[in-house]
Amino acid sequence: MGVIFDNASTYVDGFVVTLRLTAYAGALALVLGVIVAGLRVAPLRSLRLFAAAWVEVLRNTPLTLVFFFMVLVAPQFGILLPLGFWTAVLCLGLYTSAFVAEAVRSGINGVGVGQAEAARSIGLTFGQTLREVVLPQAVRSTIPPLINVLIALTKNTSVAAGFATVELIGVGRRLSTANAGDPWVLVGVAAFYLVITIPAGLLASALERRVAFAR
Amino acid sequence: MTTVLYDAPGPVTRRRERIGSVVGALVILVALFFALRYAAGRGVFQADHWDVLYDPPKNQTAASVWRSIVVRGLGATLRAAAVAAPLALVLGLLLALWRTTRWTWLRLPAVAVVELFRGLPVLLMMLFGTLALDMDPFSGVVFGLVVYNMAIFAEILRAGLAALPRGQTEAAYAIGLTRWQALRTVQLPQAVRTMLPSLVAQLVVLLKDSSLGFIVSYPELLKSIQNNGQYFGNRYFVALFVVGAGTYLAVNLTLSWFARWLSRRTGARTGRPAAPVLAVEAGAGGAPPTGPLTAP
Amino acid sequence: MTTSRRLAVALIAATALALSGCGGDGEDTPPATDGGDDGGETAEFPEGSTMARLAEAGTITVGTKFDQPLFGLVGPDGVPEGFDVEIAKLIAGELGIDEDDIEWVETPSQNRETAIENGDVDIVVATYTINDERKQRVGFAGPYYLAGQSILTLASNTDIQGPDDLSGKRVCTVSGSTPEGNLLANFPDVDVVPFGTYSECLEPLRNGQVDAVSTDNVILAGFAAESDDLEVRGDPFTEEPYGIGVAKDDVEFRMWINDVLEEIFADGRWTAAWEATAGTVLPTPEPPSVDRYED
Repeated sequence: MGVIFDNASTYVDGFVVTLRLTAYAGALALVLGVIVAGLRVAPLRSLRLFAAAWVEVLRNTPLTLVFFFMVLVAPQFGILLPLGFWTAVLCLGLYTSAFVAEAVRSGINGVGVGQAEAARSIGLTFGQTLREVVLPQAVRSTIPPLINVLIALTKNTSVAAGFATVELIGVGRRLSTANAGDPWVLVGVAAFYLVITIPAGLLASALERRVAFAR
Repeated sequence: MTTVLYDAPGPVTRRRERIGSVVGALVILVALFFALRYAAGRGVFQADHWDVLYDPPKNQTAASVWRSIVVRGLGATLRAAAVAAPLALVLGLLLALWRTTRWTWLRLPAVAVVELFRGLPVLLMMLFGTLALDMDPFSGVVFGLVVYNMAIFAEILRAGLAALPRGQTEAAYAIGLTRWQALRTVQLPQAVRTMLPSLVAQLVVLLKDSSLGFIVSYPELLKSIQNNGQYFGNRYFVALFVVGAGTYLAVNLTLSWFARWLSRRTGARTGRPAAPVLAVEAGAGGAPPTGPLTAP
Repeated sequence: MTTSRRLAVALIAATALALSGCGGDGEDTPPATDGGDDGGETAEFPEGSTMARLAEAGTITVGTKFDQPLFGLVGPDGVPEGFDVEIAKLIAGELGIDEDDIEWVETPSQNRETAIENGDVDIVVATYTINDERKQRVGFAGPYYLAGQSILTLASNTDIQGPDDLSGKRVCTVSGSTPEGNLLANFPDVDVVPFGTYSECLEPLRNGQVDAVSTDNVILAGFAAESDDLEVRGDPFTEEPYGIGVAKDDVEFRMWINDVLEEIFADGRWTAAWEATAGTVLPTPEPPSVDRYED
């Protein structure tokens, strides 16, 4: 157990990288995901199809494969990304955008039909209806699933460890090698993940209950 | 199609939407065209980037290349999933049953186990197996998949039990069944049936997560792609990637489709609206589908 | 309904098929025999020894790398090739075991001690550096080769001539490996970029995303041999004696392997094995002398 305290600063360095990955990739995924969700409910068929394909393909692809593409395949097309952190942010952001889009879309579909009908009957356009009436209401029921997506993202940042980013898992691997496979090394890593995921999970379910009561 | 946001359009709007749709399609196609032309300019579509699939260099045969990917690679992926899924299901069921205990303090360990393993990355669990518990890569991958997914399965089954109308349990008690009998003969069969689509959807996540074996040296599908790329040279990565990604998509889309079909069928059977596929958690593989996709 | 049910059944059947297909994989293509001495040399081994057991069984399980050019590399056809592979064949030959009867098992770096301790393999020949920490868990015959950590860069890069030139440079290596630990401990100014395998480092090196790759010189030589644009720079700055891993308490077997090694060092079979594999790109060294350490 001492190994955790002896290497506290190394752990914290890895933890900070994990947090930064989550924050940047989360922001990217939110922006992309909201755009894709918008396309999925748009009246233009071709855009809807594009957005649906985006979501279906990414949701059925392992995240490892997305990393594999960006790191090993993309250079064949002449696309060179700065290795490590920013590549990881891009992969995680793209991948997570599909899940954000799904959460937002089901939120939009959860808003009562009458709301949109009323909005249209006072002459609002599609964009206005979405922006002024539907989205503000959808946000409330979308937040708990979005928190769950962000929890998953936090855990998913671990995949970056296989592709040139030293975050919590990368630190854990190094310390594990240096300490002859001492199990406590990885218990320490686990503790840092739980610090994020458990409170976030509790928050999500508390919000979920509040939304359920508000209905 | 979402009908919340707009009425059935009139003729003018319909024409306008059709034009807009065509324009949108054109923009996407033009972008795709330029991307492909750019790739072609880099020689990506020349035979010497693809012949690994039909006439590989280095005295290897196409049959062994395909066998190394589809039989050994995909086989290893499916084997890990096939061993992990039933184990996770049984343990998940036990955890879910444990959580139905009436005494709170007895329930706590089960709750703790579920919350603990839900909150940790699958990769960490796999590394714990290989680095700390000295497992071989296969056991490590299976270990990681089992401990994570048993927590998710437990959560899905618990939700299924909680969603049952109370009358079912009350009726079971009324005819003199014991707690265990009621659980076994009345509650569980119904919970499993309503949650079947979610369970199948979670299998997609499990299968996707098996690709993390790539990082812990388990020779699964992605690893076989990488080994071939390394053996024959990096220029083949595009062709090999297409094969690997295609295989994953084929298997996962089939399973996702199966989950949705089950969900529709369950709905038709019980006369109730189709149970949405429950998104308990998005694994490293991501969240299971959250419901029947709206047909565009 | 019936058609979709039939589809579902077909799917399950297909999955079962793919699963059963992977059970019996392996080396079903016999490797081309290059004339090892499989001529019925059934020497007498002490009763109850590992050698007697293996000779009796007529088969041996060897752990090696499957992705290491020049040492242990397995193509899609499942046939391993390289210097480690040849050494294992020579040892098997001394037990009277034909090379077709060797069962090859992939033992990646982090899995070698475990594979020996669990008895999954009889010996490990896998660019396996002998060190005191590992001696706590396994026994080492040999060394049969002396490697050392070195640096690979682009041939056009003249800035880097040795490890001291790596300060502030991006150096690719494998996550959790000994070379990574060495870089972190002894060259703190190096920006270490860890991947899963060394081959993943090559394309970033060519593309300028990293400045160098660092690990054992022989591994790097294998990569340099395959492409003209890469070069190994400077003398090795660590010593990595490669040994053959066996069960820790099986001193008898370990000493017997040492005998075999000394024999093949002396009669030229070691040199022939080197020249047929790693020797195609590396100069032929003098054989090392084995270390018959006592616990």
